[in-house]
Amino acid sequence: MTARTLYDKIWDDHVVDQAEDGTCLLYIDRHLVHEVTSPQAFEGLRMTGRKVRAPEKTIAVPDHNVPTTLDRANAKTMTEDSRIQVEALDKNATEFGLHYYPVSDVRQGIVHIVGPEQGWTLPGMTVVCGDSHTATHGAFGSLAHGIGTSEVEHVLATQTLIQRKAKNFKVEITGSLRPGVTAKDITLSVIGETGTAGGTGYVIEYCGQAIRELSMEGRMTVCNMAIEGGARAGLIAPDEKTFAYCMGRPHAPKGAAWEAALAYWKTLFTDEGAHFDKVITIKGEDIAPVVTWGTSPEDVLPITATVPAASDFKGGKVEAAQRSLDYMGLTPGMKLTDIKIDTVFIGSCTNGRIEDLRAAAAVLKGKKIKDGMRAMVVPGSGLVRAQAEEEGLAQIFMDAGFEWRLAGCSMCLAMNPDQLAPGERCAATSNRNFEGRQGRGGRTHLLSPAMAAAAAITGHLTDIRDFAIEHA
Amino acid sequence: MDKFTKITGVAAPMPLVNIDTDMIIPKQFLKTIKRSGLGANLFDEMRFNQDGTEIESFVLNQPAYRKAEIIVAGDNFGCGSSREHAPWALLDFGIRSVIATSFADIFYNNCFKNGILPIVMPQEVVDTLMDDARRGENARMTVDLENQTVTTSDGQSFAFEVDAFKKHCLMNGLDDIGLTMEKAANIDSYESKAAALRPWV
Repeated sequence: MTARTLYDKIWDDHVVDQAEDGTCLLYIDRHLVHEVTSPQAFEGLRMTGRKVRAPEKTIAVPDHNVPTTLDRANAKTMTEDSRIQVEALDKNATEFGLHYYPVSDVRQGIVHIVGPEQGWTLPGMTVVCGDSHTATHGAFGSLAHGIGTSEVEHVLATQTLIQRKAKNFKVEITGSLRPGVTAKDITLSVIGETGTAGGTGYVIEYCGQAIRELSMEGRMTVCNMAIEGGARAGLIAPDEKTFAYCMGRPHAPKGAAWEAALAYWKTLFTDEGAHFDKVITIKGEDIAPVVTWGTSPEDVLPITATVPAASDFKGGKVEAAQRSLDYMGLTPGMKLTDIKIDTVFIGSCTNGRIEDLRAAAAVLKGKKIKDGMRAMVVPGSGLVRAQAEEEGLAQIFMDAGFEWRLAGCSMCLAMNPDQLAPGERCAATSNRNFEGRQGRGGRTHLLSPAMAAAAAITGHLTDIRDFAIEHA
Repeated sequence: MDKFTKITGVAAPMPLVNIDTDMIIPKQFLKTIKRSGLGANLFDEMRFNQDGTEIESFVLNQPAYRKAEIIVAGDNFGCGSSREHAPWALLDFGIRSVIATSFADIFYNNCFKNGILPIVMPQEVVDTLMDDARRGENARMTVDLENQTVTTSDGQSFAFEVDAFKKHCLMNGLDDIGLTMEKAANIDSYESKAAALRPWV
């Protein structure tokens, strides 16, 4: 038999039908739904008299619009249009009989954190959602990617997607990471290397010792940003860490079903000699703590670097880099560590899990944030929040001067009331530094949770390695 | 969905690379439960000042391009968020085709579901088309899906590739859910097979 990649194997096991031209009908095992990209899809079903084919495989949770302040049970904390969207999801989930975690449920949170947490996401599955960060679920060795609203409607009605197979891209991170370097630095560094279009048309498989050494939380951070590199999906082969994470989750198999699942999951790896269309290898020890300076996630530099000039780039990127520098209000040649920060946001589907909060709290313990700094922690789910409270992390954040929020997407995309003012500069653990992403005129620097916490204390972008020495 | 066969219209030049879907339609306009009406806010933060007045220098505010039907863009158009509001906003404004050296995958797919034709061309062709687009409203470009060609105002013609199935759906304005539902028997049989092999799913 031909040697196959992990992607090939999952793909092959989900093909319902293949046309002569190679177009496939792919079966979808899990469909995650949130309030922003689904109302038009449900409306489409109503207009055509169609039903949800597999409501038992469809999981809905509101996350993008929901306020994260403690008073959110009061509907007035939401704008009228946000409230209408959340209410539409309430109605659609009930009417079509989906699994649903409403705002009032402690399990509510960001859809990409809730899915794995509840055991909906399991190795070898196909997972889709009307959200590009669906790539997160690839950390389990499941083929997971974002879709548009028309495709949401297609999956609701048929539990399938019309797809053409992507190419295979191997990203290998060899060796171990140095102290202070995290999963976030891996994933940003890969995008810095490939560019935001480098993965277009591919599914990435991340492999190598540094990936194996990551926790499941770290692997989710890496896969989450595959889309920022243009890849529809990122994958990591499941291993003992994956199985241990899944075991005992509410919707994971139990007993004999668990054993059967485990036997199948253990076949989910890339065969020796399987073909990759593209390969890059990065040494784990060469990865530094990084930050973004511009308005594209590919604008990545080690924290020790200086702000580049537009003339350092070529082709269409020259104009884009100049536009970024103007937008970000930065001068070429200035040290990244001299960039002053007004706001720190810790959270999002990239870095809103328990390990992220532990990393930030470890930096903040016994310290105070800089005077005038606005800082908030938004846990990825109600359960992450509860666990952080139990571990004493919430108290550390509050003592340091952080706001301790309820779960949601929050300031990652600023659809709820958490936004940057024009010109305000934010160190964010989220995934996009696009113009206006966190609020019109807002300036975003992407970085790891520990680096975000350090910036909150010092008031400027900070090398976590120097910080650790100075505060030892 | 509107059919797409052939259009002749003004093309707006947008040479910027990495035009993301947050630029195409910022998040504050995603709070709608409809598909229509988003054209007024297409490229909102590039197109309008905060007080709602137009930013004169933005291409779609210039007299020649206010009724553009085609955009010629820089590399990696439509990257970022999966929001289908991006093609909805383009369509509502009147854009039926976007030409670039590459597109982000999700955006590319979303276009075909909404009667918009995204066309991938090599850099040198995009450069030629960009020059043609810069000539303004007197330069009307033709996009012919049936023959898979783009023709400049001075008659230079360039061929493009498009997936046969996507072309078929776009030319006929087909609802692909209807097409897939015709394969219900295949889906049923896949589900029984999968239930036996992977009962935990």
